Amino acid sequence: MGQRSLHKNNDPSKWDKDMPSRWTPPSFVTWLLSVVFIAFMISGLNNANVTLERLSGGAFNMGKFLGSALPPDTSRTSAILSSIVQTFEIALVGTVFGVLLSLPVAILASSNTTPHPIIRHGTRSIVSMMRTIPDLIWALIFVISVGLGPLAGILTIIVDTIGFCARFFSERIEEIEKGPSQALESTGASRLGIISGSVIPIGFPSFVGTSLFAIEKAIRSAVILGLVGAGGIGVELNTAMSLRRFDEALMIIILIFIVVLIVEQISTAIRKKVI
Amino acid sequence: MNTIEIQNLSKVYPDGTKALNNVSFNVKPGEAVVLLGHNGSGKSTLFRCITSFEKPTEGQIKIDGVNITKLSKGKLRPIRKKVGMVFQHFNLINNLSVFQNVLSGAMGKVRFAFQTFAPLASKELRREAMECLERVGLSDLAKRRADQLSGGQQQRVAIARMLMQNPQVVLADEPIASLDPKAGREVMDLLWEIVRERGLTVVCILHQMDIAKEYGDRIVALKSGKVVIDDHIHDLNDELMASLYEKEMVEEEDKENIMAAVKVGGM
Repeated sequence: MGQRSLHKNNDPSKWDKDMPSRWTPPSFVTWLLSVVFIAFMISGLNNANVTLERLSGGAFNMGKFLGSALPPDTSRTSAILSSIVQTFEIALVGTVFGVLLSLPVAILASSNTTPHPIIRHGTRSIVSMMRTIPDLIWALIFVISVGLGPLAGILTIIVDTIGFCARFFSERIEEIEKGPSQALESTGASRLGIISGSVIPIGFPSFVGTSLFAIEKAIRSAVILGLVGAGGIGVELNTAMSLRRFDEALMIIILIFIVVLIVEQISTAIRKKVI
Repeated sequence: MNTIEIQNLSKVYPDGTKALNNVSFNVKPGEAVVLLGHNGSGKSTLFRCITSFEKPTEGQIKIDGVNITKLSKGKLRPIRKKVGMVFQHFNLINNLSVFQNVLSGAMGKVRFAFQTFAPLASKELRREAMECLERVGLSDLAKRRADQLSGGQQQRVAIARMLMQNPQVVLADEPIASLDPKAGREVMDLLWEIVRERGLTVVCILHQMDIAKEYGDRIVALKSGKVVIDDHIHDLNDELMASLYEKEMVEEEDKENIMAAVKVGGM
């Protein structure tokens, strides 16, 4: 306790040189980044050619669009609905195959289940490539390779789902506690036995949750894929828009909204039950 | 021949910590050895070496005459089949049924893992699993999810899983450390009954001295990575036993005093 009183007799200014200053000037890199950032902002706004005239004109055109879109045209509802069903099927089939493929991919990509670190890095890079290339670009590639129609859409959703699910499956697998796997390992179980007997059952609830997110994501992207000819409701929407049949377009948008909403509600309900 | 032979075992971790320092002892067939020691004494490291979840730096461990320290994972499997394990945290698969958890114990016995999955397993295997559950007194809970059971029940399921494996050696790592005293006693009694009736060899880590004395044939005590006691239960030196923990307590106190002094000095 004698030591404490020693400190009292010290001059408090003694440590001033070590005291952090109130404000440190930003580093050169920070300056540079700020300048580049501001330059892009100004250039971006400039190129967008924002004028009061265009904005007010835009609002006026929007009003005109709504005027001709209302009331929505219900005459082709059954044709639109069958297109929406096709979109739903693209999303469903693509997600199911995507999820089934994601599981082995995730096992290869997880540090605790991979047969070799090189394989892990390889699969991780492929998965991140699938994820970073946007789905519309995949759709364009598949439309070129397998032709217009739902197959291109399904393939796109598969790739998109693997990019999403394999990553989250693998993250879950890497978090799994070692104990149960060690318990199976200690019985003399094979590597596949350990994975199928402990890793997959433990991760299962999380895999289901992720897969349900994947299907919600797939529905939204399957709607858009039609715009580049990969089948589904997007094709109808594209046609209606380019023929300026706005009342039909509005009907399509309303139906898409309803279907996406229903799918999200169902998947939320299932997720709550599983987790 | 000894069931387990540990010779000059040392383990140095990459950060320089010497967890085990020239540990040697043997376990005879049918013998029940209790491994004692406080936290950080090296007993968990020793256990992980015996179970091959860690490789020692030096020395060797022989189980049934086979040196396991240099074996690959594939070559270890036949040894692992002979060695059943019971863990402190039970290590059940929580979201599966009790029945499935017990069936998984047969994974080393079957050709393909799916043969232990409850819907696909053979009738004999399913019956055997129920017998193992009956032995631990929980056959009526077979359908429950593992995490719905109490701690003591979960450990008994883990023992049933270990029985399913039909082992010759049982390694138990603090099997009652996460149970309340009453459940702990029940689990120890059950484990020992089973071990005795089947004539199994046991190595059991414990930290309660009274329980160690009550159940063990022999006690091996570790301190700072060295064997300080290795005696038959009747030859135990009480003073030595007492020193095992007391001395550590004193050391701990010293450490705390030093820490306190450092803290005050730094202020």
